[in-house]
Amino acid sequence: MAQTVSRVSTPPPVRSEPRVRLPWPLSIYQTAVGKKWVMGLTGAALLGFIVVHMIGNLHLYEGPLEIHEYAETLRDLGTKIIPRTWLLWAMRFGLIAAFGLHIHSAYSLSRMSMAADQRYPGGRNYIAANFASRTMRWTGPIIGLYLFYHLADLTWGWFNPDFVRGDPYHNVSESLGSIPVAILYIVANVALAVHIFHGTWSMFQSLGVNSPRYNHLRRYLAGGLAGIILVGNLSFPIFVQAGVIDDNGRSIVEELQQHEAAEGEEN
Amino acid sequence: MLGSLDARIPAGSLDSKWTDHKFSMRLVNPNNKRRFDVIVVGSGLAGASAAASLGELGYRVKVLTYHDSPRRAHSIAAQGGINAAKNYQNDGDSVYRLFYDTIKGGDYRAREANVYRLAEVSVDIIDQATAQGVPFAREYGGLLDNRSFGGAQVSRTFYARGQTGQQLLLGAYSALMRQVAAGTVELNTRSEMLELVMHDGRAVGVVTRDLITGEIVPHSAHAVVLATGGYGNVYFLSTNAKMCNVTAAWRAHRKGALFANPCYTQIHPTCIPASDDFQSKLTLMSESLRNDGRIWVPVAHEDGREPHEIPDADRDYFLERKYPAFGNLVPRDVASRNAKTVVDEGRGVGPLRNGVYLDFSGAVARDGEAVIRAKYGNLFDMYERITGEDPYTVPMRIYPATHYTMGGLWVDYELMSNVPGLFVLGEANFSDHGANRLGASALMQGLADGYFVLPYTIGNYLSDFLGDPALGTSEPVFADAEQAVADEMNRWLSIGGTRSVDHYHRELGKLVWDYIGMARNKTGLEKAISEIPALRDEYLRNVRVLGSADTLNQSLEKAGRVADLFELGELMARDALAREESCGGHFREEHQTEEGEAMRDDENFTHVAAWEWNGEGTPQTRHREELEFENVELSQRSYK
Amino acid sequence: MSSEINLTLQVWRQPGPQAEGRFVTYEASGISTDASFLEMLDIVNERLIENGEEPIVFESDCREGICGTCGLMINGQAHGPQKSTATCQLHMRSFKDGDHIVIEPWRATSFPVLRDLAVDRRAMDAIIASGGYISVNTGAAPDANLTPVPKETADTAFDAAACIGCGACVAACPNSAAQLFTAAKVQHLNLLPQGQAQRWARTEAMVETMEEFFGSCTNHGECEEACPKDIPIDFIAWTNRDYIKAKVKNRKLAG
Repeated sequence: MAQTVSRVSTPPPVRSEPRVRLPWPLSIYQTAVGKKWVMGLTGAALLGFIVVHMIGNLHLYEGPLEIHEYAETLRDLGTKIIPRTWLLWAMRFGLIAAFGLHIHSAYSLSRMSMAADQRYPGGRNYIAANFASRTMRWTGPIIGLYLFYHLADLTWGWFNPDFVRGDPYHNVSESLGSIPVAILYIVANVALAVHIFHGTWSMFQSLGVNSPRYNHLRRYLAGGLAGIILVGNLSFPIFVQAGVIDDNGRSIVEELQQHEAAEGEEN
Repeated sequence: MLGSLDARIPAGSLDSKWTDHKFSMRLVNPNNKRRFDVIVVGSGLAGASAAASLGELGYRVKVLTYHDSPRRAHSIAAQGGINAAKNYQNDGDSVYRLFYDTIKGGDYRAREANVYRLAEVSVDIIDQATAQGVPFAREYGGLLDNRSFGGAQVSRTFYARGQTGQQLLLGAYSALMRQVAAGTVELNTRSEMLELVMHDGRAVGVVTRDLITGEIVPHSAHAVVLATGGYGNVYFLSTNAKMCNVTAAWRAHRKGALFANPCYTQIHPTCIPASDDFQSKLTLMSESLRNDGRIWVPVAHEDGREPHEIPDADRDYFLERKYPAFGNLVPRDVASRNAKTVVDEGRGVGPLRNGVYLDFSGAVARDGEAVIRAKYGNLFDMYERITGEDPYTVPMRIYPATHYTMGGLWVDYELMSNVPGLFVLGEANFSDHGANRLGASALMQGLADGYFVLPYTIGNYLSDFLGDPALGTSEPVFADAEQAVADEMNRWLSIGGTRSVDHYHRELGKLVWDYIGMARNKTGLEKAISEIPALRDEYLRNVRVLGSADTLNQSLEKAGRVADLFELGELMARDALAREESCGGHFREEHQTEEGEAMRDDENFTHVAAWEWNGEGTPQTRHREELEFENVELSQRSYK
Repeated sequence: MSSEINLTLQVWRQPGPQAEGRFVTYEASGISTDASFLEMLDIVNERLIENGEEPIVFESDCREGICGTCGLMINGQAHGPQKSTATCQLHMRSFKDGDHIVIEPWRATSFPVLRDLAVDRRAMDAIIASGGYISVNTGAAPDANLTPVPKETADTAFDAAACIGCGACVAACPNSAAQLFTAAKVQHLNLLPQGQAQRWARTEAMVETMEEFFGSCTNHGECEEACPKDIPIDFIAWTNRDYIKAKVKNRKLAG
């Protein structure tokens, strides 16, 4: 950590030294630029997850059995080496850690900036800052809350009386078939796309990936990623509402499982 | 009481004086340096470089500046470059040639020994600045680039786009801040020096006013270094920064320091002409523009046509016509006076007919706009921001404006004034430029003084006081000086007149510009000597300074500065009147050749005039330091 | 061509650092469009003094856009509406007759208001003191042409070195981050061969001193728009990269 340069008289610092100095490399996280690095890296990881998740979900359009098989394949990952679902759980823990760090760094950096900033009573006239960059501290929490709902709804089945474990097609069509839920998904995914638009571009800056010749591509990439994720993710509530994804309340997977169970008894 | 002034120039041949003198001066050993306190007032090139160097040597240094940060000193605005006799271009430059050019450019009114030393150390400045990270312009091979600059026939000017001053100052400032962090230098910003404190005939400290709180603070030291810049703002309209003033030097003058050659002021030929009465300052366009721009006015008086409508035959490229060898690159004073002549003839251009054209159409046609943009882009942009005109297509309008003041506090070879313990550096002293300064030499002198002269010579003075602590600030001399400052503040606040400080400053500026400007004559100077004190009396009766002394009060700050400029203006007139010759920036209309060139009187005026304060209301006494030229033969300058 | 315009100014007046501030409205009539913004304020101040009111405190010095002393928030924009232009170089031809102009000081916790429109920017000096230099004592320098510096490198370093330290980047930043200032200062020296010896120590020290006083960059890019010297935010990215490298290298060097 830098020595406080007490020999230049200054106004009092807005940020004090950390109470506990963590060992290297954790100490990097105690600095703002270090936190921005962590935010960028975890953002990249989360973004990777979101892209893969969105692409995987496109199996919905193949039909209930195909998406079911896709889900089972995820659980089967790495089974030749380690027990079933272990790799999936490892990835889940990784994502949870990334998510936690992303939120913590955002929270503490926001606190730091709020301490450093003073309001202009006459107002600011933004020139470069766009809607996305200025709403990161809003879109972030919206995504967080949405994620909780999303897990509770489609993973844990808390809010869905017809929830069938292991039948994404059924669960999605049941959940998103409700108009309020569909609207909630649409709003949240718009927020997600906006967050990704600034986050992707910002990540390059925070991680120091910058080469003037290619810099203009970063905006395209950010816009492209945000757009693809927006279109892909919005397609689900829209197509459920349009009736394209619909199992008429009957869970094929459930029937299949009952069928398998019955066969097992018979044998 | 002073007798003849002795500059204490060392004996020996010109090229060995400084080397020999460095050896003969007494040293202060490293352990003892930390027992000496040195005050440096001002944080421009000279002040910052001196403070940093003294700090590195181990002295306890205190820097006082009225700016909010040392980096803002007006050295920062120098655009063109810095000279050094590196001869990197293999075009015949040498220490001797830089020395010779400077002496000749100064119209033989500078000290040979000082100028030679300046040329000698110039090469070290470039090395030092480059090592500090100053981003000088470079060739594609990675080596340093040079350009030629007004008045020189060799390319010896190092430059950093149009911001050489800023880059050099940032270098010196970074060195200074390094010493601040190291604890050798104590930095006091927003502290304006208002009194020099003397004890037993020596300078022992200063008193400052904190510009934020109004607190009056005594500072004591073994030596005081003034690096407080020039007094060009006596003209009100000048290229100087708004805060530039003579106060620190003037308060020292009032305590006995001699003020030398105040009439030597430099008018810079390439400034943007004033556009109206509210003009607060004039902006300089770098002299380097004269390398590619051609200066002209219409042949006809009050030619109403737009510049592009005027064919070549109806244009008068007056510098090229009169000075075929140097053309547009004649020295500043020659270029300025010629511009004044054509404007006075009624051939000026622009809405107020107060400028001449500086035309780049030929250069753009020859080199292409891209090349011109690469060389001068930032200057052209600045011109367009100020005037709203595009110099790539419309000729620039320029006119001379006060830019630099060669005069200043008298110092000896060691840069010490006649007051023991008071050293004066940079533009604040009078030493190296004679009656006229060459382009790109101000940065050189400021840094030479601060980096390479003072750090040696101050030891020679301090070594006498080994073991003596600096005088305590509780001594009566400090209390008296503090009281004087407090009284002064109260005086300004209690006048309760009707007009602002700026109003009087502007009026003073008009008088000084009219009578002690580019061309002077006896009648005008006598008028100045009677009118300036009269205006000053009115100022002291009728100025309005509102507010209080215990807050940030800009009118109050200015009030004292303008009062000092009044006294200085009067002294300039006396000095100009006494100098019955024309030399460099001092042009007496009575003393000119048939062609209108400056005519020196070497027999009677090969001397420095140094003025001694005799108390308020009594004219100063003129002392002389004879200038001896052992190496250079005095000749009439000719740039034909 | 010049013409005269009439303006309504809403100016922040604050008697001192601890005092409450407020907006005061002034009519500025008959202002020439050839006047600079600060000359317009000079005129307003002259009229205030004539009326026995204390003039508006604002700072300026060189008035040619290089010293960095001036700096006002004009209609919510640092240094006003003209790009690449410091307040002193902004001219009234950028405004129209009848315009309403809101003038505020720079605002950041580490830029406390001293009076009216003047603020304390010494925190920026503290960043420089922490490492914004190349340690070379006077007289210790080798010949300037000993180390060639590729022209492109010198030019890029210069782009960073052009920073005038006005603080507009902090003022414009919704986080009051000083990343652009610090990055410009860090990269100016980090890019040059002369600056390599202290590159990692400098980067770590300056960034961490900056973090004591200013907020955290969220890559809005407002600073780049406000910068009167057009310093690009690319330098921020490079400094972020150098900083993490510094964290690794400095540990290695420390053993």
